[in-house]
Amino acid sequence: MSQVNTLHLRDYPKNPTKVYLYGTCLADSLFPDSGIDAIEFLERQGIEVIFPQGQSCCGQPAYNSGYTDEAKAVALEQIRHFPLDIPIVIISGSCGGMMRHHYKDLLKDEPGIEKFCDRIFEFTEFLVNSLNVQLNDSGPAERVALHTSCAARREMGVHITGKKLIEQLDNVELVTHDYESECCGFGGTFSVKHGDISNVMVSDKTKNLVNADVVRYVSADWGCMMNINGSLEHQKESLRGEHIASYLLARNAMDNTGDKS
Amino acid sequence: MSVDQVNPNDESKYAASARAFRDNVSRDLANDELRSNFRGAMDYLVDKRKTALSDSDELETLREQCKLIKQRCLVKLPHLLEALEEKLTANGIKVHWAETITEANEIIAEIIESKNGKTVVKGKSMVSEETALNDHLESRDIECLESDMGEYIVQLAKEHPSHIIMPAIHQNKKQVADLFAKNIEGFEHTTDVDALIQQGRNVLRDKFCNADVGVSGVNFAVAETGTLCLVENEGNGRMCTTVPDLHIAITGIEKVVEHLSDVPPLLSLLTRSATGQAISTYFNMISHPRQQDEKDGPGEVHLVLLDNGRSQMYSDDELRQTLQCIRCGACMNHCPVYTRIGGHAYGTVYPGPIGKIVSPHMLGLEATTNLPTASSLCGACGEVCPVKIPIPKLLLRLRQESVKPKGAPQVMKGQGSGRKTSEAFIWSVWSMIHKQPLFYRTSMWFATRLRFLMPKKLGAWTVARSAPKLAPKTLHERIKEREQAAKGK
Repeated sequence: MSQVNTLHLRDYPKNPTKVYLYGTCLADSLFPDSGIDAIEFLERQGIEVIFPQGQSCCGQPAYNSGYTDEAKAVALEQIRHFPLDIPIVIISGSCGGMMRHHYKDLLKDEPGIEKFCDRIFEFTEFLVNSLNVQLNDSGPAERVALHTSCAARREMGVHITGKKLIEQLDNVELVTHDYESECCGFGGTFSVKHGDISNVMVSDKTKNLVNADVVRYVSADWGCMMNINGSLEHQKESLRGEHIASYLLARNAMDNTGDKS
Repeated sequence: MSVDQVNPNDESKYAASARAFRDNVSRDLANDELRSNFRGAMDYLVDKRKTALSDSDELETLREQCKLIKQRCLVKLPHLLEALEEKLTANGIKVHWAETITEANEIIAEIIESKNGKTVVKGKSMVSEETALNDHLESRDIECLESDMGEYIVQLAKEHPSHIIMPAIHQNKKQVADLFAKNIEGFEHTTDVDALIQQGRNVLRDKFCNADVGVSGVNFAVAETGTLCLVENEGNGRMCTTVPDLHIAITGIEKVVEHLSDVPPLLSLLTRSATGQAISTYFNMISHPRQQDEKDGPGEVHLVLLDNGRSQMYSDDELRQTLQCIRCGACMNHCPVYTRIGGHAYGTVYPGPIGKIVSPHMLGLEATTNLPTASSLCGACGEVCPVKIPIPKLLLRLRQESVKPKGAPQVMKGQGSGRKTSEAFIWSVWSMIHKQPLFYRTSMWFATRLRFLMPKKLGAWTVARSAPKLAPKTLHERIKEREQAAKGK
């Protein structure tokens, strides 16, 4: 973990009882199961989850394309819908990086923005560092890989927490694939603006994942998974990625406090 | 120099090749041998750096220290440049100032001609690549020979450096052997790297002894002592700066540091970040021409300090961080885009992540509009940068400058040139939908209900991927239903 530095050290809320969930625009229209699964998982930990219906998108697509004003208008609308001083748990590392770090620049004139940003927690970091989740594995023995995602790794420092969670699963062998830390080639509009470069990157990523000989890979980022799964499907490979919230929920069907569902 | 003073006619030859970025990328992605050369070389360099900087606490401390040194020197830059000139002049080294590449080339040619110089040996200098010095001197019948082995290979092949530290990294040993066979008389064919390089060195050895002029770059120019520091591995830099009677150094204005004590931490991180070496084989410190009691060294030493867009970087607090760069090349070694497309595809002197943030100031954003967008913003470059340049953030900033509407305050040459009406319209519609919750939910409701209309082909996306499929119901709806069901229980 040579590259993870003190930037990522932060205070985590102790014994939280109530959180907001930020669902992200990709999960909203394309992959809603992961949002439901994240809520289910958190509720089983005894956490009350509030999902404000006013949320839409963090603004990252426009921001990364250089359209700051357009991104700002959307970002400003988001923060309005999370008024309570409770953690905001987000099921994507890159949207998390946007709201935790880039909002400080984008909305620097907004009063209280620092405090808002400090309430943003990526799902896996929240489970490990705030809830200290202990998992019971009820699934069959299998080999899985983890795609760590660049923003999750470098902006949020949460590739470690994803790993820690999977390592808690007794029957799961976590396999490190070649070039694990390397970008999958998504990068939002990069993947269409420079499609030829992005295509080569995702081909390499899928090749490395397939060569790892795993039954699935998991990730906490739908942007990357949409890219990697899309490429795997295009190549008629059977391997697919699964959101870590869904995976943990499925593996940890019976948690140690008994079945609360 | 402010932006409006940039002479629009003063365009580097690299502007045209940077404009051809997309074509260059297609060409080089299709070249399997090239891609495998880059992948292998970059993996090697990444590994070397990792071994040399294995203590993460030390690395972080050094990076922070080096960043602060460069930032302090940049804050004082105008003052330090004056101090440097004063000290160098007192030491007997002549200082010249060049705003543009044309001026720099002209200054150097005039110095050489005033001494009737006909032959030049060059140590490695990316700034002289920036000015296309060889082209200029050759047009005035002055012969230039690159003496760094990588630069020599590139010169023989009539190419440009594809990497700032390893100019010929795009070629493998077999390709170099073929090149030498064509160009070196009496070449004994081999693909043994040491034997290969030895035969190249034999050619260079003669040239050093007979050249009229030595040209070199500068890694650090120390204001306090008037010392030009030169980092190299082959000894060619020392030959170029000691054997010929005239030595001309050329560098960018950002290379000045305040104290001699600023050099060791920068040097330590430079060599370890670049090649994983604890220190380079040679480290030259040049403080004056040959003194009366000295037996070697040039009788005359000149330093040319080049601006070429650096003042533009300097005048904006955020963009100024670009000037912290010490040219180690670690950002390109770790870049997944550079590793795939190689250094030539960029079309610029400086390739890779640093090239993407430097070149727009040198060539204008109009010629380089494709560079800041050709990044997935993965952040690998910023993570390894020894002076902590926030490269991804600066790429974002350049994207903003590129699409700025007309009438915005002038920050850089070519700003707003990447703005397309259609793209701006799409983002304004996108913003309108996403900033109004009810509008957003209604749009997504319709989108999911009409998902059967979603095309299977989505432009560049579906060239190598299947199209994503919209869910039957949005997360918003499902949560609402879930909440209602819970209430009903």
